[in-house]
Amino acid sequence: MARITAGIATSHIPAVGAALDLGKTAEPYWQPVFKGYEFSQRWIAEKKPDVVVLVYNDHASAFSLEIIPTFAIGCAERFAPADEGWGPRPVPDVEGHPELAWHIAQSTILDEFDMTIVNKMDVDHGLTVPLSLLFGQPQAWPVKVIPLAVNVVQYPPPTGNRCWNLGRAIRKAVESFDEDLDVMIFGTGGMSHQLQGPRAGLINREFDTRFLDKLTADPAGLVKLPHVDYVREAGSEGIELVMWLIMRGALAADTREVYRFYHVPASNTAVGHIILENP
Amino acid sequence: MRSYNEAFKDIPGTTVFDATRSRQGYHLNMFCMSLMKAGNRERFKADEQAYLETFPMTPEQRQAVRDRDYNRMIALGGNIYFLAKIGATDGFSFQNLASKMTGVPEDDYKAMMVAGGRPAKGNRSIADKGK
Repeated sequence: MARITAGIATSHIPAVGAALDLGKTAEPYWQPVFKGYEFSQRWIAEKKPDVVVLVYNDHASAFSLEIIPTFAIGCAERFAPADEGWGPRPVPDVEGHPELAWHIAQSTILDEFDMTIVNKMDVDHGLTVPLSLLFGQPQAWPVKVIPLAVNVVQYPPPTGNRCWNLGRAIRKAVESFDEDLDVMIFGTGGMSHQLQGPRAGLINREFDTRFLDKLTADPAGLVKLPHVDYVREAGSEGIELVMWLIMRGALAADTREVYRFYHVPASNTAVGHIILENP
Repeated sequence: MRSYNEAFKDIPGTTVFDATRSRQGYHLNMFCMSLMKAGNRERFKADEQAYLETFPMTPEQRQAVRDRDYNRMIALGGNIYFLAKIGATDGFSFQNLASKMTGVPEDDYKAMMVAGGRPAKGNRSIADKGK
């Protein structure tokens, strides 16, 4: 049977992808950011997951305002990097796992989550930057990826509690998949940042630290946080942190923190990263 | 629903992209979306007004785009993830857009971020500025 072995949360800042693609990782501004992922790259190379369920938000790339799915699961064989206005990132295509993706879609729908099934979708920096941070710059990604896009652009996004429960349903789905697979789940976006208006540049280290602490120790408390508190405390784009709760919901109650990294700034954003491993 | 939407209005310098904004900004945001294609970026750069006329936006929205007035675009229903495509078309980083929206020179904005960013204290609430 398949199993969820670990969860990883990480910011997915586009400028980090650009720094990597343009060979700027050794510059003093970027060096601390990439150094923060050195342990994680070694760790994941050793663990060798077969599949990653990658929870991210599309930034008006695959989904415009024509169709706005709250939860969209990518069931295709492949996903190409999106052109976000400056040409696609020079990274490999993402190979999907259609059998497991369809299984998760069916299982979660029967568990009363109204998933949108996507058979054609380009993936933007929300998905490819986390892959770059964890796997570097390979010719092909060493893992199959199931994209799970969450709407955090159009209000209201899903509640923290809904995200948490979806995570639980994903775990149930994975554990009922009849193939021997090590599956990891990534929750991406965040941490505190605001990209819009006169309050742009907001960073809240205290909020982020508390969020990281509670993610392991008190997720049940965290899921009750209303949207307005995310926006007030972590900035308008800090709302992306609800996606981390899908990751946490898919893990065991007694999951263990393996690694944590926090750095300000990368462009406009606080970089947050945590690895949680199931017993 | 009303109290849910109202609660965000106490947060300073922040516009939440709710149903009203989404309806107001639909064509502005769809114009931004069109800039994901290289050919459209070229058409826009060649004649901004003519390209903008092909979208049923308001004259105010077209003018805000031509002025690169991002706060005004947001006030007229633009969403930052969509508007970022204008910045990308112009070849500007997100920090350049942020410096425009916050009204400080880009170097000052960058220095603020390196120093830890804009603090939450004093920036949480319009009603309670000390919060």
